[in-house]
Amino acid sequence: MTTAPAGTVTQAVPLRLRERVRHWLDSEPVLAYLFMSPGWLILLLFMSYPFFLGIWISLTDRTVGLPSGEFVGFRNYAELLRDRTFHLTVMNTFIYGFVTVPFKLVLGLLLALLLNQAFPMRNVLRAALLLPWIVPTALSSLAWLMLYDAVLSPFSWLLKNWGLIESNIAFLGTRTNAIISLCIANIWRGTPFFAVAILAGLQAVPQELHEAAAIEGANRVQRFLAVTLPVIKGILVITTLFSIIWTFADFQLVYVLTKGGPANSTHIFGTYAWQIGIGGAGKLGIGAAISLYMFPVLAVLSAILLRYVRSQEA
Amino acid sequence: MAQVIYDHVTKRFDGVIAVNDLTLEVKDGEFLVLVGPSGCGKTTALRCLAGLEEVTSGDIIIGDRVVTHIPPKDRDIAMVFQNYALYPHMTVYENMAFGLKLRKMPKQEIDRRVKEVAEMLGIQDLLNRKPRQLSGGQRQRVALGRAIVREPQVFLMDEPLSNLDAKLRVQTRGELIKLQRRLGVTTIYVTHDQVEAMTMGHRIAVMNQGVLQQLDTPENLYDHPANLFVATFIGSPAMNIFPARVVAGDGTVRLVAGDVTLEAPAEQRGRLAEYANREVLVGIRPEDLIVQPGQVSEDRQLRLPVEIVEPLGSETLVHLRGPAGALIAKADPHLHFSPGELASVRVKIEHMHAFDPQTELALF
Repeated sequence: MTTAPAGTVTQAVPLRLRERVRHWLDSEPVLAYLFMSPGWLILLLFMSYPFFLGIWISLTDRTVGLPSGEFVGFRNYAELLRDRTFHLTVMNTFIYGFVTVPFKLVLGLLLALLLNQAFPMRNVLRAALLLPWIVPTALSSLAWLMLYDAVLSPFSWLLKNWGLIESNIAFLGTRTNAIISLCIANIWRGTPFFAVAILAGLQAVPQELHEAAAIEGANRVQRFLAVTLPVIKGILVITTLFSIIWTFADFQLVYVLTKGGPANSTHIFGTYAWQIGIGGAGKLGIGAAISLYMFPVLAVLSAILLRYVRSQEA
Repeated sequence: MAQVIYDHVTKRFDGVIAVNDLTLEVKDGEFLVLVGPSGCGKTTALRCLAGLEEVTSGDIIIGDRVVTHIPPKDRDIAMVFQNYALYPHMTVYENMAFGLKLRKMPKQEIDRRVKEVAEMLGIQDLLNRKPRQLSGGQRQRVALGRAIVREPQVFLMDEPLSNLDAKLRVQTRGELIKLQRRLGVTTIYVTHDQVEAMTMGHRIAVMNQGVLQQLDTPENLYDHPANLFVATFIGSPAMNIFPARVVAGDGTVRLVAGDVTLEAPAEQRGRLAEYANREVLVGIRPEDLIVQPGQVSEDRQLRLPVEIVEPLGSETLVHLRGPAGALIAKADPHLHFSPGELASVRVKIEHMHAFDPQTELALF
């Protein structure tokens, strides 16, 4: 056809535009960025914005109730370095984070090995195991608050009944007692995560590997060390790192059980930041600075985690 | 090296009988193939021998030792698994050395054995690789090597070739046969593939539903199947089976199926006479039907319509409309058949089989 109806001439322009868009969308890099954009948007809105706002606030003397603060540079950070409660907070956080994790790891591994055996009602028990992990921490912490009660604690009652102690234990009354009590509650809450993750790992160990090793002469312990452990190593590393990060950044358990007391001696980063920034003094600038002191530690741990995951992928 | 005896071995799982009263003797140095359809109990029988399953009743003897209640590690056997079961975190060398280390063998001796076997299998350049860096065929060799270095009394192989592609399977099959003949180690090999069974085994044990159907050499199994199951299981395409009435009279015995009449082989007349006026199941292998396109004026010819033609290159499978369902015949690939046309068929009567329809046991 050499002649075309007059109408098609005006349609030619939008057609060409549509063609161009289609051509543009055919390009893989363009499409890739297009698909990534919702993720980027969410990250920017809900992660980056609060993060950079936090950094900005930590550099001001902003307080709750006042519209804005003055830029003070690193004064808040410097001030914290001279704050004895902050020193204690740092120490508590490290104890809380690094002491509880080995217990959770070992207990979780034992539980997982146990639950990997065949026995009646196994699935019910597996589900029950997850309870500490599913129940809202604020709620389970209240139960622990009762268990640790200075007067009504069933632990004290039991130990007294057995004649092991004479008077009630002040579970949350002294710094040492309170930190041990916090750690125990944290271990109770965190163990199921390890157990379930490791159990999943154990189930992924092919049965034939065990059988091959058994035929080759390995006993149960040798099979665990030579077959099971290396295969679930990745899961152990990842759960451990995750758990350290979560414990480091914990808030609820300590807030409900001790609120950082007695005498501000059991604070961890989260609770101390909340108390200074929002709860008591309302010094948002210092509160933000406390939170940001966590950042290097968590960044290093996350970097190790990411690097490990990538090395496994390779 | 040792003989292996299954002495009335039964294995039950929650009321399901996986292996039913299996009695079987594997000679010293023999390559025995356990073959059967999936779920027939062949793998369970092998696992009982390995000690991975506790037998419900009966005894297993390796060499001159009753091993029924001895743990796998003390049975002096090595097993090659279907998916190889290589330890993923160990190198090829470590995989092969693992069992020897557990036996506290001196380092130099381990090194010597691993390298010797690696060379034998052509994997000496792979010793520092991890299993995931190997191809399927290489993994298979490593699994085999791991079994060989142990120098066990018996090799157990559970479908070791089924994860390889067709070409590699044929090649490895040949190598495995050579290797077994060279090492002379008693080998029990499980497969569902009857071609593997026929080509590899000194003898073949055919199993079905937990029961041993027949134990014999490949030739005997093919030429003299003990029952209907073995007859149809061994051979590809399967033996043609159809019911026929036995008609005896004036010195001959004929088998009549629809409008097809076959004269029974002379030496079988006596056996068939017992079934006079009753039905038997007639079995004819595809290669025992000589087909030609069109009409041939020759004696004892049947004329059957062609339904499907499958040219395979080396031969052509011709599906004919038989007296009861299709009959498959193997034909010369140079002959040309067309669906719908009639073909002339001559039956090699002397190779015919017949089975009792009730017991399904072979009459001849």
